[in-house]
Amino acid sequence: MSSPDSGNRIVQWIEYRLPIFSWLDHTVGSGYPAPKNLNYLWNMGSLAGIVLMIQIVTGIVLAMHYVPHGDMAFDSVEHIMRNVNYGWLIRYLHSNGASMFFLVVYIHIFRGMYYGSYKYPRELLWWLGLVILLLMMASAFMGYVLPWGQMSFWGATVITNLFSAIPLIGEPIVTWLWGGFAIASPTLQRFFSLHYLLPFVIVGIVILHIWALHIHGSNNPTGIDVKGPQDTIPFHPYYTVKDLFGLGVFLIIFAYWVFYNPNYLGHPDNYIPANPLQTPPHIVPEWYLLPFYAILRAIPDKLGGVIAMGASIGVLFLIPWLDTSRVRVATFRPIYKQFFWILLADVVILGWVGANPPEGHFILIGQLATTYYFLHFLIVMPFAGWFESPRKPPDSISSSVLEKGGGNASAKEAVQ
Amino acid sequence: MTSYRQMTRLRASVFALATGFILLSAGPSLAAEDSRTLKSPGFSFQGPFGTFDRGELQRGFQVYQEVCSSCHALKYFAFRNLPRIGFSEDQAKAIAAEYEVTDGPDVEGEMFERPARLADHMPSPFANDNAARSANNGALPPDLSLMVKARAGGEDYLYSLLTGYEDPPSDVELGEGMSFNPYFGGRQIAMPPPLFEDGVEYADGTAASVDQMARDLSTFLTWVAEPDLETRKGMGIKVMIFLILLTALLYMVKRKVWRDIH
Amino acid sequence: MSTPTSDSGQGDDASRRDFLYIATGAFGGIGTALAIWPLIDQMNPSSDVLALASTEVDLSPVEEGQAITVVWRSKPVFIRYRTAAEIEAARSVDVDDLRHPEADEERVQQDKWLIMVGICTHLGCVPLGQKATDPQGEFGGWFCPCHGSHYDTSGRIRKGPAPENLPVPPYEFLSDTSIKIG
Repeated sequence: MSSPDSGNRIVQWIEYRLPIFSWLDHTVGSGYPAPKNLNYLWNMGSLAGIVLMIQIVTGIVLAMHYVPHGDMAFDSVEHIMRNVNYGWLIRYLHSNGASMFFLVVYIHIFRGMYYGSYKYPRELLWWLGLVILLLMMASAFMGYVLPWGQMSFWGATVITNLFSAIPLIGEPIVTWLWGGFAIASPTLQRFFSLHYLLPFVIVGIVILHIWALHIHGSNNPTGIDVKGPQDTIPFHPYYTVKDLFGLGVFLIIFAYWVFYNPNYLGHPDNYIPANPLQTPPHIVPEWYLLPFYAILRAIPDKLGGVIAMGASIGVLFLIPWLDTSRVRVATFRPIYKQFFWILLADVVILGWVGANPPEGHFILIGQLATTYYFLHFLIVMPFAGWFESPRKPPDSISSSVLEKGGGNASAKEAVQ
Repeated sequence: MTSYRQMTRLRASVFALATGFILLSAGPSLAAEDSRTLKSPGFSFQGPFGTFDRGELQRGFQVYQEVCSSCHALKYFAFRNLPRIGFSEDQAKAIAAEYEVTDGPDVEGEMFERPARLADHMPSPFANDNAARSANNGALPPDLSLMVKARAGGEDYLYSLLTGYEDPPSDVELGEGMSFNPYFGGRQIAMPPPLFEDGVEYADGTAASVDQMARDLSTFLTWVAEPDLETRKGMGIKVMIFLILLTALLYMVKRKVWRDIH
Repeated sequence: MSTPTSDSGQGDDASRRDFLYIATGAFGGIGTALAIWPLIDQMNPSSDVLALASTEVDLSPVEEGQAITVVWRSKPVFIRYRTAAEIEAARSVDVDDLRHPEADEERVQQDKWLIMVGICTHLGCVPLGQKATDPQGEFGGWFCPCHGSHYDTSGRIRKGPAPENLPVPPYEFLSDTSIKIG
């Protein structure tokens, strides 16, 4: 990568007219300082960006062959799988890529919660991330409808019907969403248009997200702010090579799903063409929406369930203020740390509840898990902050790195 | 005040419970809730290095032709696919020509029947779903092109179903025209047992036991559902090896670059 | 470029370090190229399109003096059962005088069957002349109404803006009364 004072005349010619090279250098190059102690959980951000690119590229290619009309959608997907050169590969990349996108983003979010990355001054960064999550959920939901299988059709029916819970205007809104009296081709056609659009909206929000990040720089595992160049290293080459290595590991996992188990994360019923006259025995969304599905079903009242589901993400917007602790990271908050792990287990349990029919013991477990979820944010977070005496964090990033035996004389090599 | 050790144990056990629950309820290898565990006879195309046996594919196609095609369509299977399961192009053309497809309209505006060509797809036994239902007591025999992917358990489910017909136990009252099969959801199926010993005379002379026919048909239908299976797994090996090597190199680069920091 | 300096010997270690970077870069580059290929190849004709790459035509219903139009690779193909007079007219032309010199014998496998892609070589319209009631131009063949190209009884351009004769597709006779185009 060239730095701005490269002798190369072409580079200088471009640089004078559009300083792209120095801009790159300052954002991801050797001119961008990053905390030197980031662990592998910090790979998730760039990884999510790469998966977004993979989804966009595979999606645009699929759109060259897919037909977004109720009569032809299912057949067009089979056409892609059977006739289009490498169509099966591109399709499996896109369907499994969606799962990988959520996996990476969920790890990214839980990293943020453990290390207090949502705290001052990164509250807006956190909000932008949540907006990205909401847009991802909308895109994924609409994308799943496109193959027009049984699960596509009936999942869409269930979720769009939720809007009828809104008092007074609910039913007209549902009819408006459907473009008719039930999910049918008009609905599919508009979902295709929006599914093509939203990822580009996501790109825009991601740009804002990275911009906000770069104002104050990354958080780090100690939660202690960067105090000077001794705490940082240049993003390039340190984090570029670390991100590339992380990408390699990710691609191995991704390749496993695509080549050896491409349908495991999906549902067999979606290989049955949509039939408005026959409902499948169990309607379930894809795994990454299961915890929200469980929360929705935990409340017996229709409107209550919708509100709870919305609140489960809405409450996340409030955690910069719900978390009252002066210490950023859970590492130094031994009691709060245990509750973090309980929350993680709780979300996994909610996912398992969502995958199962709302019968028998699943009902009670789902309600308990939903209760804990909200208690965690509304009660545990503020009270832990108020009443726990945290351990003493290190004085600085450098001192914590030196304590762990890392770094040496060339810690001075950090960027200016 | 709880000790760190106690809380760690609590965390670990909560995790273990959660993981255990997930694993127990995961996996498509179990059939519908009131049905038996599926049989796993083992197929050559299973596993990371799986390939199809051409003999099984061709025998399975013969079973489809002679037993299933009177009721079940196979719309995504084209006659040009036959060379991919081991027939020569001439054999494929001859097989296609045995079938009639609707074409037209001709110069007078009439639709007409003509022998199928390689580019055509397997014609359906019925003109439409209503015709299919009225010929089958109201039940609709589903298209089989994607059946292996459309059922939990895939080829194992298909094999179990085909070999699983039994006399109903004393506490089960069969509906009219229904047969008992413990592998089918609800345990009663409108399709009578389709396979009988020597029901098909195999072109290659293999003995046509029910087990053999069920195996061959399940193999053939897996091919129809996933024609790319062999390519996919073959490409998968190469991609995995490549990625593992590349990741190892990237790791070495990372360690080298970070050496002075560590 | 601010690469980290190493305190061990520069020469040998540098070349080993560079080799690792070069090898990794090459590997990554190859991988990227291999990964991009499917994204490009998917735009090539899919297997159902390729299956229609050849069309068989039964010639027995065609009478002498009659012409039919069939579709091959989504394009019209003119097949005319030429009369002796039409063949004679095609043969009696001095090939050197033609804008696109081709002898009639080069353009047919059997004299009475003229088979050509019915797309005008000027700008792509479908010429008239298949039906007896169509204008056939001044040379008894085909006439393109878009810009006035005239083709003779061998499908060669004689007058008007088209640069080349109507193309003859690859075909073979499967029997005296049937052909396979493409």
